[in-house]
Amino acid sequence: MKKDLKVIGKPTPKLDARIRASGQAVYGQDVVLPNMLHGAILRTKYPVADIVSIDVSKAMQLPGVVAVITGDDINANNINYKRDNPVLKRGRVNCIRDEIAAVAAVTREIAQEAVKLIEVKYNVKEGIFDPFEALKDDAPQINEFVKGDQHINIAHPFYYEHGDIEAQKRKSAVIIKTRFELPRMTHCCLAPCAITADYSNVDKRLTLYCVTQIPFLFQRDMARVLNMAPSDIRIIQTVIGGGFGSKLDMYPYEPICALLSMETGRPVQITFDREEEFIASPTRQKMTIDLTSGADSKGKFTFREARIIMDNGAYTSWGATTPFVMMQTFSSMYQLPACIFDAKAVYTNNVYAGSFRGYGNPQATFAVERNIDLLAEKLGMDKFEIRLKNANYKDELTGQEMKFISCGHKEALEIVSDKSGYSPCHSREGGNLSNRYKRGIGFASMLHVGGGAKIYPSDGCGTNLKMDDFGKLTIITGSSEIGQGSETVLAMMASEELGIDLKNIKVINTDTDIKPWDVGVHASRTTFVAGNSLLGALKLLKEKLSNKAAQLLKTEIDDLVYEDGLIESTTSGESFKIDKVVREIHFKPPNELCAVYYYYEPGSEFQDKYYKGNVSDTYAFAAQAIEVEVDTYTGNIKVLDIHVAQDVGKVINPLGLAGQIEGGVVMGMGYALLEELYSEKGYILNPNFHDYKIPTSVDIPNIHFYPVETNDPYGPYGAKGVGEAPLIPTAPAIANAIVDAIGIRIVDLPITPEKVLKALKNDA
Amino acid sequence: MKRIIHLKVNGLDHEIAVEPRRTLAEALRIDLGLTGTRIGCSIGDCGACTVLIDGVPSFSCLTLAVEAEGHEILTIEGVADGNKLHPVQEAFVEVGAIQCGFCTPGMVLSTLALLDYNPDPTEDEIRRALSGNLCRCTGYQKIIDAVKDAARRMKELS
Ligand code: FES
Ligand code: FES
Repeated sequence: MKKDLKVIGKPTPKLDARIRASGQAVYGQDVVLPNMLHGAILRTKYPVADIVSIDVSKAMQLPGVVAVITGDDINANNINYKRDNPVLKRGRVNCIRDEIAAVAAVTREIAQEAVKLIEVKYNVKEGIFDPFEALKDDAPQINEFVKGDQHINIAHPFYYEHGDIEAQKRKSAVIIKTRFELPRMTHCCLAPCAITADYSNVDKRLTLYCVTQIPFLFQRDMARVLNMAPSDIRIIQTVIGGGFGSKLDMYPYEPICALLSMETGRPVQITFDREEEFIASPTRQKMTIDLTSGADSKGKFTFREARIIMDNGAYTSWGATTPFVMMQTFSSMYQLPACIFDAKAVYTNNVYAGSFRGYGNPQATFAVERNIDLLAEKLGMDKFEIRLKNANYKDELTGQEMKFISCGHKEALEIVSDKSGYSPCHSREGGNLSNRYKRGIGFASMLHVGGGAKIYPSDGCGTNLKMDDFGKLTIITGSSEIGQGSETVLAMMASEELGIDLKNIKVINTDTDIKPWDVGVHASRTTFVAGNSLLGALKLLKEKLSNKAAQLLKTEIDDLVYEDGLIESTTSGESFKIDKVVREIHFKPPNELCAVYYYYEPGSEFQDKYYKGNVSDTYAFAAQAIEVEVDTYTGNIKVLDIHVAQDVGKVINPLGLAGQIEGGVVMGMGYALLEELYSEKGYILNPNFHDYKIPTSVDIPNIHFYPVETNDPYGPYGAKGVGEAPLIPTAPAIANAIVDAIGIRIVDLPITPEKVLKALKNDA
Repeated sequence: MKRIIHLKVNGLDHEIAVEPRRTLAEALRIDLGLTGTRIGCSIGDCGACTVLIDGVPSFSCLTLAVEAEGHEILTIEGVADGNKLHPVQEAFVEVGAIQCGFCTPGMVLSTLALLDYNPDPTEDEIRRALSGNLCRCTGYQKIIDAVKDAARRMKELS
């Protein structure tokens, strides 16, 4: 029986919020185990050098030190996507975050002290810090583990094309070519990395209390690195203090911690301090994008040709595959008849890049959207009209063969234009009468996967459900909570389906020994994939309950409704409490448990070798209109209002959704205006929060959010993925607004006051 | 050389032996097991370690444990009234100001101090009062809303 939604769509505080508000949540740094040691890592002093010798004797003698390990002492395989990163380096170091040795000691202070006593002799070498240098014919090989027929310093090439690019060029009335430079940005999760490894030399099993967002891939990978069986490794995720993609890869500190525990037979904990967090956690890809875009005389886009060089750093993480996502934006955001996309991740001796919320899409969208404004200007067209004219539409099959089964792109554009009060003859003067302050409005859109992404043999997620004799439900899901609110969304769905109160629902999602497989938190997939998995399981559970309830109530299954903890017959009006029905199932022959499991695999497809195919079950669309005020005396940029319209399919939890939007947008603002991890000759120059600024409470603008509900046919209740999208269009919309205000040229980020002033001076 | 000190935390007296360079944050977390005080940077940049010392928000990572002797320290563990969350905590929960939650204890304590001397803060005053507390998840809007909501709740109670 169909009923009105009672829980879905209602603002619902996060289930775990009370524990977090009370200080009782246990993050990685809070784990304490009996007899636990503390680990610390010695990193290289120079970005590039041969290691001549390592002397650990003084460190070993320090009272309280239990073990010191170097690359020579361990038996571990390389980590990372290309297996090109030794856990502890031997013979040579390739970037400033390189791990040389590690210590386990009775306190963290002693471990850190001991690390300083390790003596390393280096033979310092010249490094290559510019990917274009690394691509020269005579450039030396940077990472010794790379094989293949490409240039020795190419970590990962991507090439994609569709349509007849030459024909489209001929059709074009305007062609714009721009070189964009996008900076290194880093996640700045508020909780620094932390892991506790507990190896028992009695049962030969390893338990890791860690912060991965991909527990099953992590488990498998850890087993490969340590030459163990995956099932002998148990991953327990602590409460995670921010992810944003940073926990999609394994980093050396994790197997190092495991190795220290194996060496000592005691639990060992490694926690980073903030400086280490800045240096030894990943970054968004720094890249150079050469983008040529065309449009015909009516403003229809004709083609895009993108050539991209990404600074991979010294090792290859999953992040090197970001072109996979970038090409979707270049090929398919706005209708586009032809596209060439060529990207190379190139080794350098810089710190290495990883995956970061948006996965290449913020960079791609920045380039595409900046060029659109330039096309419009050259055509003398309105920048909103040109976007609307080319917007994606429902049932579009793109050149890359992505199918937009639901699509709110046009609507999103119209909403933000309308709400921002944009008009083509928008005034550039600020409220202030002097012409010191100038205002401008900028637009940008975004396209991102919204229903999983097929990149691994399974993109699925399992759910086990158990209803106990008291009518309480335990959801055991493969998916993970990293602060994004997935637990709550799942509990809301179960509450809706079973008519039971949220407080009678528990979500178990942190232990690989218990939970079923899931590929991990990425690609904004959790609501969609874990949600569908849960709905499948709930259907099975309800079948059991309904069969028994129909029998008890002497009614047809179709006449039952689940509400207020009751299963009720709509024909007779009689009802049973849900727990009573469970007990009838459980304690009366044929004595069955009220438990089910279900596995959901989304319809997403692997793309073929030409990168064509419907990689996701559905896609998310958004548009933002942003108004800024520029102080032409100081170069300061004040973001006034951000209007966000996003196709979310269906709003499940308005509270959680708004939180994701606001958090994403502010992160996008940081990318636009503040954030860059500066590196010089391989050294990180600003590894702390006073030199690497992130937005604070005084920086934030008014954020207005308008959800667009397209009710996706495959989404749970029609919902699609949300998490990454909000930050993607923010930087280009801000850049476009600044250009609108003061007419400077912007081709790189962050847009600092110094750059603004310099540009104003050059123009004058 | 370790020194014996007395710390008054959340109304209870504790006697602990600490090195002179032990920070209050370490003493709370390691010696007293009060891990609700978070460490985000250890150098006074992030506010995750905020506690109240005699009602004043202080970075416990920059305060030495020995300096805190003789003062009243309030940590997140002492904010709730037994099992009942404080109205500020309730507001953070209900308004949706908590995502990963790592910044939350520090934010809650900064809010308590703000509302204590200014029960009716303007949006601007709230923003300034929280400017030493970083949050990477929420974009701050919901936190600011929560402070307003907390002010309302506390007024209703008084
Ligand atoms: S940990 Fe004290 S301010 Fe960051
Ligand atoms: S909620 Fe994650 S840092 Fe604030």
